[in-house]
Amino acid sequence: MNPEPKSADATVPSPIVSIANVSKTYTNGYQALKNVSLDIQRGEILALLGPNGAGKTTLISTICGIVNASTGSITVGGYDIEADYRITRRMIGLVPQELTLGAFEKVWHTLCFSRGLFGKVPDPGYLEKVLKDLSLWEKKNSILMSLSGGMKRRVLIAKALAHQPSVLFLDEPTAGVDVELRKDMWALVQRLRESGVTIILTTHYIEEAEAIADRVGIINHGELLLVDDKQALMRKLGKRQFIVELEKPITVLPVSLLMLKLDLSLDGCRMTYTYDPHHTDNGINSLLQAINESGLVIKDVHTTKTSLEEIFVGLVKNKTTQTRP
Amino acid sequence: MNTYAIRVIYKYEMLRAFETIAQSFASPVLSTALYFVVFGSAIGGRIQTVEGVPYGAFIVPGLMMLAILTQSIANASFGIYFPKFTGTIYEVLSAPISFIEILIGYVGAAATKSFIIGLIILGTAGFFVPLHIAHPFWMLAFLILTCISFSLFGFIIGLWATNFEKLQLIPMLVITPLVFLGGSFYSVSMLPPAWQTVTLFNPVVYLISGFRWSFFEVADVSVGLSLFMVLIFLAICLLIVWWIFRTGYRLKQ
Ligand SMILES: Nc1ncnc2c1ncn2[C@@H]1O[C@H](COP(=O)(O)OP(=O)(O)O)[C@@H](O)[C@H]1O
Ligand SMILES: [Mg+2]
Repeated sequence: MNPEPKSADATVPSPIVSIANVSKTYTNGYQALKNVSLDIQRGEILALLGPNGAGKTTLISTICGIVNASTGSITVGGYDIEADYRITRRMIGLVPQELTLGAFEKVWHTLCFSRGLFGKVPDPGYLEKVLKDLSLWEKKNSILMSLSGGMKRRVLIAKALAHQPSVLFLDEPTAGVDVELRKDMWALVQRLRESGVTIILTTHYIEEAEAIADRVGIINHGELLLVDDKQALMRKLGKRQFIVELEKPITVLPVSLLMLKLDLSLDGCRMTYTYDPHHTDNGINSLLQAINESGLVIKDVHTTKTSLEEIFVGLVKNKTTQTRP
Repeated sequence: MNTYAIRVIYKYEMLRAFETIAQSFASPVLSTALYFVVFGSAIGGRIQTVEGVPYGAFIVPGLMMLAILTQSIANASFGIYFPKFTGTIYEVLSAPISFIEILIGYVGAAATKSFIIGLIILGTAGFFVPLHIAHPFWMLAFLILTCISFSLFGFIIGLWATNFEKLQLIPMLVITPLVFLGGSFYSVSMLPPAWQTVTLFNPVVYLISGFRWSFFEVADVSVGLSLFMVLIFLAICLLIVWWIFRTGYRLKQ
């Protein structure tokens, strides 16, 4: 039933979704996407990370056909989303950000509706499996209105999976969800990926991108600032800090340490040394030696990794200072 | 053609109507029965016949039209407005389905519902007065054409409306007066000459006149003209829908 994705060259893995120079200006004149280009690989989990209003939903909605791009082109499985919309949309499942569900329908009916809408022959066996995977089977005859928020979210996922899509978009799947349920959601996303579905999720929680994504795209003010492998991103931008706690506070750094670019905390009890862990000489040895020679007494040492949060803040700050005239 | 999609939209729209059966079918029938009692019995006591037709029977076609027009518009406009309002329209918009298919599904369901309501009212009226339908084929033709045209019209209103007020504005301010002044309860020839002329500008007059002719062979205007007017209205609605389709008006951003 699913059409074979087109591929010019079978040896080069073609991206499942390819976005080229997409911009979107809403009718009120607001430009929500600025020349976004992005390739999404088959089978990966890509997190689009950005603050509220960054343009994440707009980007996803454009790929899914809910919003028309102002310029640029998008292909899914090698097919153009406008010219071949019947093919591309069959490959895509979308779980929207808001809990937009009917009120008086039954879970089972809304699932059958979704499957039919995407032009698939009824397959109760498959839908049963989807509901069981999402722990919703007992609720199949429940009225949508009577479900809890978490269950509604899962019904939306079930609806998105009802036509067996190969690409799944999850728009802020854990926004406003408590920690326990968030972990469940992450596990579910992993299971889906293992079943061969490519997953694109948006989030404004950095820990979420860090926890489940293979690659992270950072988006702000409609611009895709950077897309990279999560590990590479950490390597590239993830500086480490070596923190030395002192036995006794000091007011100024000893002269022998001035060359080492240390930050002294306000209370004088802690010195922070920032280094690049991938550099062959990270300078920690010379630092320790210098501290020893200066006669300072070390109480404790530890290191910290920069989180995506800090990377993100750094990037956004850079970008805004750059664009400011 | 994504026939599965048309089928599920149609099916679940119909299902919704049957789940709220009291609201969908019982209330239009009840209100018609009330009209029937008030007009048929109260006025019918004074007016024996209109153009040779007993008054109680005379008002049946008009009552049916009254219900069909309002129900077609209400059903179709609500059917498409509600998913827009709640946001569930996202699913239809992201599905491999064309605007025409969406239209067939929603308008088809709305037209079917009002057709059923029309038949129920006809059946109900049969309890009160002896009914004879002179031209069953034309009766059904007028009925079906009206259901489709006004469901299309309702669909357009549902697309256009951005809030509940707008949704009810046209049915309340335009349709209801036109229907009441369209000769549901009287023959145009009973009016003073000046008003007869004014009445001819009311498109609903043509609808009711043609429909009544199919029952009793009495009409205010010629049947051909009635049919022509219905087809014109249908064509106008199709034209607007075609334009909406071309521009993606108010569905996509
Ligand atoms: N229909 C619309 N008309 C005008 N502006 C919109 C519309 N939808 C979204 N926007 C604006 O576009 C920007 C991006 O929105 P959105 O894509 O929803 O961001 P995110 O999902 O990252 O929070 C926001 O500033 C929002 O106000
Ligand atoms: Mg969003």
